[in-house]
Amino acid sequence: MLAKRVIPCLDVDRGRVVKGTNFVNLRDAGDPVQVAARYEAEGADELVFLDITASHEGRNIMLDVVRRVSETVFMPFTVGGGIRNLDDVTRLIQAGAEKVSINSAAVRTPELITETARKFGSCATVVNIDPKRIVKDGRELWEVHISGGRIGTGLEAVAWAKEVERLGAGEIVLTCMDADGTKNGYDLEITAAVSSAVSIPVVASGGAGKPEHLADAILIGKADAALAASIFHFGEFTIHETKELMRSRGVPVRMK
Amino acid sequence: MFIAVLVGFTFFLTSVQSMIAIIDYGMGNLRSVQKGFEQVGHSATITSDPAVIAKAERVVLPGVGAFGDAMRELNDRGLVEPIKSFINRGKPFLGICLGLQLLFEVGHEDGHHTGLGVLAGEVRRFELPHDFKVPHMGWNQLMMRRPAPILAGLPDGVHMYFVHSYYVVPRDPDVIATETDYGGPFVSAIWRGNVFATQFHPEKSQADGLRILKNFAEHTA
Repeated sequence: MLAKRVIPCLDVDRGRVVKGTNFVNLRDAGDPVQVAARYEAEGADELVFLDITASHEGRNIMLDVVRRVSETVFMPFTVGGGIRNLDDVTRLIQAGAEKVSINSAAVRTPELITETARKFGSCATVVNIDPKRIVKDGRELWEVHISGGRIGTGLEAVAWAKEVERLGAGEIVLTCMDADGTKNGYDLEITAAVSSAVSIPVVASGGAGKPEHLADAILIGKADAALAASIFHFGEFTIHETKELMRSRGVPVRMK
Repeated sequence: MFIAVLVGFTFFLTSVQSMIAIIDYGMGNLRSVQKGFEQVGHSATITSDPAVIAKAERVVLPGVGAFGDAMRELNDRGLVEPIKSFINRGKPFLGICLGLQLLFEVGHEDGHHTGLGVLAGEVRRFELPHDFKVPHMGWNQLMMRRPAPILAGLPDGVHMYFVHSYYVVPRDPDVIATETDYGGPFVSAIWRGNVFATQFHPEKSQADGLRILKNFAEHTA
């Protein structure tokens, strides 16, 4: 049986793993290669690296990180953050990333999704979708946001998810902004709606505070994988104990 | 003691000389396969040179992407015949993911494409109920059907990392080494004599996957 995946996410700034509390106090959480190796040993199913460095020089550091990670850990990983064009995609794949995740550029230049899928396959093409609940004309709308949540796009999350699938995406990472950083659990309603609307895998993201939340993302949110950052970084929970809990609630997981 | 050292040294020489060639035909990142072999003590060369393939002791055909593109790349680089004649000489061959699918006669990814035709059968897209997402992506289990030497030491039910939307349907069921369940069983590994192939990615499947690379590198017919 296909196991549901547990995916630690590492924010990388100038070559170091950091974890921000609401994007202000960035706490250093170590060398990406060492952190990746630790997660591999703990039984992580995949890794996601998000490059949060804005500068050009930061991008070259990120390529070096990707190269070093791919030579050290023998598991799949996705790299995202600041990808603008097919050249950015190509450099990351050539450095050793299995998949790239495209966020703002997917909205600004949707053809990038198709170009990436044509060149590297749908399986390597991940699109990030960051919806936020807003009220428009007295009705709630799950509006897709870009640029780290600063810009509303007018796109509705479920419709946009179907569109990125049509354009060639092979996976969606769904970060619900109202839940992100709260540690109160994923937004199960939006996650279930998006996951049910598409036939490609959906990774739940944003809001994990304890192992129960990851199980909920799968069982109630109908997600195919659950991504979490802070609960793993600072040793609050290990991946192993997270999977034990998930298994006890009937989620198929891969145990080491 | 002296004999043990001598045997060890001879073994060392043999492993150095049994050159593994990883075929580069522009379909994806081959570095992880090469690093996987290095991790288990075997060096491997990434090459698109037919002469190097002809001289290799073992050949690996990896690959991600579309069937038709891959066959076009192999044809453009003059690699189809070198691969077939290598296999015909009975030397160990390993296909990974798309490299497994290409061994078959026909692929149905964006039209009909002729494959290498080493094995009879075809490649089909998953057509599954909505609950089964496609691509089939993540860790799934191997159900052992025949004891292929590259799977030595791995238990029934071991997890491997998959990422694919197409699967192979061999005409001869005797080539099936493992099956995997995804809305029903599909063929996840092939073994026929010197030909081994996996739908999953051993180089991405942590220690259990590296075990397969090691078994392949050390397999003697």
